[in-house]
Amino acid sequence: MNKASSILLLALLASLAVVLGYAVLSLPGQADGLADTVAAQMDSSGVSHPVTAVLLNFRGYDTLLEMAVLLLALFGVWSLAPQAHAGMSATSAGPVLTALFRLLTPVMILVAGYLLWVGAHAPGGAFQAGSVLAAAGVLMLLCGKRLGGRLAGWPLRVGLVLGTAMFVAVAAAVMLGGAHLLQYPIEWASGLILLIEAAATLSIGITLIALFLGVRPITGQQP
Amino acid sequence: MDVWLFVFDLVLILTLLWLAWRTLVASDLFKSIVLFIAFGLLLALAWVRLDAPDVALAEAAIGAGLTGALLLTTLAKLKSQSKPQKSDHE
Repeated sequence: MNKASSILLLALLASLAVVLGYAVLSLPGQADGLADTVAAQMDSSGVSHPVTAVLLNFRGYDTLLEMAVLLLALFGVWSLAPQAHAGMSATSAGPVLTALFRLLTPVMILVAGYLLWVGAHAPGGAFQAGSVLAAAGVLMLLCGKRLGGRLAGWPLRVGLVLGTAMFVAVAAAVMLGGAHLLQYPIEWASGLILLIEAAATLSIGITLIALFLGVRPITGQQP
Repeated sequence: MDVWLFVFDLVLILTLLWLAWRTLVASDLFKSIVLFIAFGLLLALAWVRLDAPDVALAEAAIGAGLTGALLLTTLAKLKSQSKPQKSDHE
C-alpha cells in the first residue's frame, strides 16, 4: 500500500469515527426503551424471564428467522465443501482426551438441559443450551468419533430442521384458532415456548456441530 | 467498594482494547485466533458488568467458544490445502 492510499484510508476511518461519535452523542440521554411495555405484558407471555419473553413470544418472528439463517449457513457450507471420505474418520485421540470426553459429555448434556429449562425464569435459553450441546459434539469430533452411515442420513437432516420446522408449525397452528401468526394462546404459551425451545436447542446443537465438521457426512449409500 | 469496581472496569476496558489491537496486528493467524478467544471471554465479563447475563452466556458459549473452534478448524483446513505434502496436526 503506498503512502497516498494509506492517508486516504486514515482520513476515511477518522471521518467514520467522527460520524459514529456524533451518533452516540446525539442519542437521548435517558431513553425509556421498551422495558416498561415488556414488564406490563409479562403476564401474557407464559414465562417469567423478560429476555425469553421477548425472544420467544413478543419478537418470536425474529428468532424464527435467526433459526432459518443458521440453517441456511449450514446449507451454504455443505454446498461448497467436499463430501467426507472414509479416511477422514481414521484419526484417534489420545487416552486423556477420550477420558475427558467420556467424563464431560454427560455433564454437558445435563447443563444444556438445565439451561433450556431455566430459560423460562432466569438467564438461559435455547441458543445457550444448544451451544453447550455443540461443545460436547465438538469434543466428540476432536476425539475422532464420527456419526455412523445410518445416522448421518435422514436422521441427521431431521435433527437439523426440527427446530425451524417446530417453530413454523407452532406459529402456523395457532392461526387455526383464529389468532395471528405466532400469537400463542395465553394458557398454552408456557408449554408451546418450552416445546419450541427444546426443538431449537437440539437443532442449534446439531447445526453448530455440522458447521464445525465442515463437510457433508458420509451417508450409508456411498461406495 | 465503588472505587474498586471502577478500577476493575477500567482495567477490563483497557485489556479489551489491548487484546483487540493485538488480535488485529498479530502476524501469526493461530496467535490471532487465541487472542480472539481471550477477547471473547473478557467481553463476556464486560456484559456481566453491564447487567446482561443472557448476552454474557451467549458471548462466552458462541462468541468465544464455538467461533474460536470454527476459526481453528478453518485455519487447519487452509494450511492443509496450501501445503498438501506436509502432514498437519489435527
